Amino acid sequence: MTKTQKIVSAGLLVAFYALIFALEQILPARAMLFTVLKKGAIYALVAVSMNMLNGFTGLFSLGQAGFMLVGAYAYGIFTVPVAERVNVYQYFDGGIIQFTVPVVVALVMAGIAAALFAALVGLPVLRLKSDYLAIATLGFAEIIRAVFQWEKLGPITNGSNLLRKFPTFDSFNITNADGEVMVYLSTFVPFVITGVCVFLMVLLLKSSYGRAFRAIRDDERAAEAMGINLFAHKELSFVISSFFAGVGGAMLAMYQTTVQASAFKSAMTYEILLIVVIGGLGSVTGSCVGSFLFIAASEWWLRGLDSGTFMGISAPTIFRSGFRKVVFAVIIMAIVLFYRKGIMGDSEFSLKGIAAFFKRLFGAKRKRPGTEGG
Amino acid sequence: MLKIRDLKVNYGAIEAVKGISFDVPEGKIVTLIGANGAGKSTVLKAVSGLVKPKSGSVSFMDEDITSKDAALIVGRGITLVPEGRRIFSDLTVLENLKIGAFLRRDSLTEDLNWVFQLFPRLKERSWQHGGTLSGGEQQMLAVARALMSRPRLMMMDEPSLGLAPLIVRDIFDIIREINQRGVTILLIEQNANMALGAADLAYVMETGRITKSGPGSELLRDPAVKAAYLGS
Repeated sequence: MTKTQKIVSAGLLVAFYALIFALEQILPARAMLFTVLKKGAIYALVAVSMNMLNGFTGLFSLGQAGFMLVGAYAYGIFTVPVAERVNVYQYFDGGIIQFTVPVVVALVMAGIAAALFAALVGLPVLRLKSDYLAIATLGFAEIIRAVFQWEKLGPITNGSNLLRKFPTFDSFNITNADGEVMVYLSTFVPFVITGVCVFLMVLLLKSSYGRAFRAIRDDERAAEAMGINLFAHKELSFVISSFFAGVGGAMLAMYQTTVQASAFKSAMTYEILLIVVIGGLGSVTGSCVGSFLFIAASEWWLRGLDSGTFMGISAPTIFRSGFRKVVFAVIIMAIVLFYRKGIMGDSEFSLKGIAAFFKRLFGAKRKRPGTEGG
Repeated sequence: MLKIRDLKVNYGAIEAVKGISFDVPEGKIVTLIGANGAGKSTVLKAVSGLVKPKSGSVSFMDEDITSKDAALIVGRGITLVPEGRRIFSDLTVLENLKIGAFLRRDSLTEDLNWVFQLFPRLKERSWQHGGTLSGGEQQMLAVARALMSRPRLMMMDEPSLGLAPLIVRDIFDIIREINQRGVTILLIEQNANMALGAADLAYVMETGRITKSGPGSELLRDPAVKAAYLGS
């Protein structure tokens, strides 16, 4: 990338963040747009972290929901205000942890907790290949979900009860003495967190470690012959991916305002896997774009299909609860059929790419009469 | 430089290498010829740490490297150009070369210049994905990638496999050039004619054992070798 391209890209990014900030001050806080943006930002982070593992390192892991759960709990456990603990841990005499840490520290701790679990799980599991690795990680996620609901762990995890009252995205809003919101930040802050995390992952993927990850994906034995320590690099990719999944889990906790282990089902992993595949395995920007499209479609654009009226057509007999999922499934099948490698393939979203796309589009139009004549 | 003593390698119950001993003297081109399934590739894999031998020893520059990790062995200066090239097809040519130098932390400029001078074609294609190269170019990339680790010993597994005769000749010219720059070469070939012509020292391997050895030019005239490998 040339210097000018870098400056233009950075400028566009700043403009995008400014737009998010401005929209948040202008539009009503309960607008559907913000729900989509918040959840989209969270899923974008988790999708990029999963892509790092599945798309860049070629390790087909399905443990994402499990690591998000660990992150969500780590965040919740360390941020519920001490005064509220009696109410939250009502069946466990207020729990055994009687201190809180600042939100940013808790986010990092959420990542570290997930990374620690990943390091332990990775030792046996990363020696497996492809489908076996997927099954083992999926199994881990299911076990973790059960363990966190275990009554004996109640003083820490609150058992199968909700963790709540911890700081949420709305806590980032700046309020005056009367509790009126002066500056809205509840969408902006998750975007900042995701932005920082994705930036860190891109730096890693562009380094010699990232190159080693892709070499392992392409040809494991050849990579080993080049002197790349296979296990160390797989473990590194797994641990770092899980770190960011943990941060994503903590953000999901903030978004949902409560945490309950039973919500982190394998269906969540599949949603994220879907985003990664739709966006393109091996494309960071693909995962980000895919995430917002997926969330917007499932949470917003297709809502009408469940409630009787869609795009001005009123057909309560067809458009009723569940129909949205049918249409959604058809759309996903169409994407997989016509865009085999996802929206972005393994290339990245760039200004150059957009320019080339339009050139191709208009170039083809001009050429067509010529080819017909010949 | 490389001393192999009574090396045995098993794949499960199958004895692929049944106790072989040979030396690779420094600065020479040494070749190991033999039919399919003689165990040649297995010897190279055992030396480079990709498979663990059952018994015997491998020493390099008087250091025992038997059963050491592949990363350590690459670090000592032994590199492998694997059979079937095995370049990284979704990485660019330049990235392939950088992976070759994965263990090095110093500047690569000099080495990149050298391999681009050896293979000007790779310089033209440095931004292309490895998978889009032709077979001959992929072989060049595999050799260049191996050179990027600054090896003292380069082991090549069937570099002529599946290539047109003219390209094979180019590859062998370049092998000689690399050797003149002080890199010792251990070459495995089924194309015995080419290999013996280039080799200072040659070993013939049959079903896991070494059956003959001598200077390349001598084996080239050996009636038994002629009958078995040179097709005349």
